[in-house]
Amino acid sequence: MADATHDTGAVLAQAAAWKAAGKGVAIATVVRTWGSSPRPAGSKLAVDDTGAFVGSVSGGCIEAAVITAALDVIAGAPAQRLGFGVSDAAAWEVGLACGGKVEVFVEAVT
Amino acid sequence: MKAAVLAELIAARAAHRVVALATWLDGSDARVVTVDDAPPALAATVAQALREERALVAEVDGGEVLIEPHLPPTRLILVGAVHIAEPLAAMAALAGFAVTIVDPRRAWATAARFPGQTLDGRWPDDAIAALAPDLRTAVVTLTHDPKLDDPALIAALRTPAFYVGCLGSQKTHAARRARLAAAGFDDAALARLRGPVGLRIGARSPAEIAVSILGEIIASLRGAA
Repeated sequence: MADATHDTGAVLAQAAAWKAAGKGVAIATVVRTWGSSPRPAGSKLAVDDTGAFVGSVSGGCIEAAVITAALDVIAGAPAQRLGFGVSDAAAWEVGLACGGKVEVFVEAVT
Repeated sequence: MKAAVLAELIAARAAHRVVALATWLDGSDARVVTVDDAPPALAATVAQALREERALVAEVDGGEVLIEPHLPPTRLILVGAVHIAEPLAAMAALAGFAVTIVDPRRAWATAARFPGQTLDGRWPDDAIAALAPDLRTAVVTLTHDPKLDDPALIAALRTPAFYVGCLGSQKTHAARRARLAAAGFDDAALARLRGPVGLRIGARSPAEIAVSILGEIIASLRGAA
């Protein structure tokens, strides 16, 4: 079954493969969630220096902002902690009945 | 995170080791740790994260450390492609277990009876040795035939499998324990054997018996029994 463990393995493997190929790589990880959130703490998203990504830290509503932060981190910015409040409207888009909050940690693979 | 730490985490997962990734949320450090080698300030949170199978944040020296458990997949090895194995394999798969059904009797272990399941036609002792049960693996013998069950149990009791169980009556279980004692297992080793398998829920049909066995396996996995 497509559980979080399998997702995590694929994300880690892709991050390592990108790094081995000489690309810049960042990994974003869900640190905490409050209320309804589509992905639990520990969920991961890996990003390369072209913005290509694998994995998920939400149902899709915050991925763009996380990828932007990941590109900054790959370019040399320090690791970042990002907080997101998922609005009711956005939460509806991802299939949730109510809003939630999520904190994401973004760091480069060095 | 350093690429070497990422490689270490991937290797630990591939080796089915029970580890946690500790990430200092100021970006200063990330390490792969175990319950045994975690820094003292993190040890309790590492143990809790692994036990509860969820990521937790530890507070240390005014900073925060994300503790992320990385556990091998849960596996269930069934010895004996008997009638009860059909609902048990299907239910265990639904509960997230990777299931392997071991039975060298080709007429029993057929894809028609076990659609989508992994079948292993080796003798049980060879199969158990090759499958290498770990701390997240349960082994259950179902054949009632000592020629098949006993070699599987002898092999399984030499592994760290979290659950080793045998289908059968109290009477046949006593005889089984006596045979295994004669094979060299002491009381401590035999205390690991669950038999007769299953929670006492009054199960009658094969599907109900499967529920009782799977319930006991999950209770054992979660430390509830």
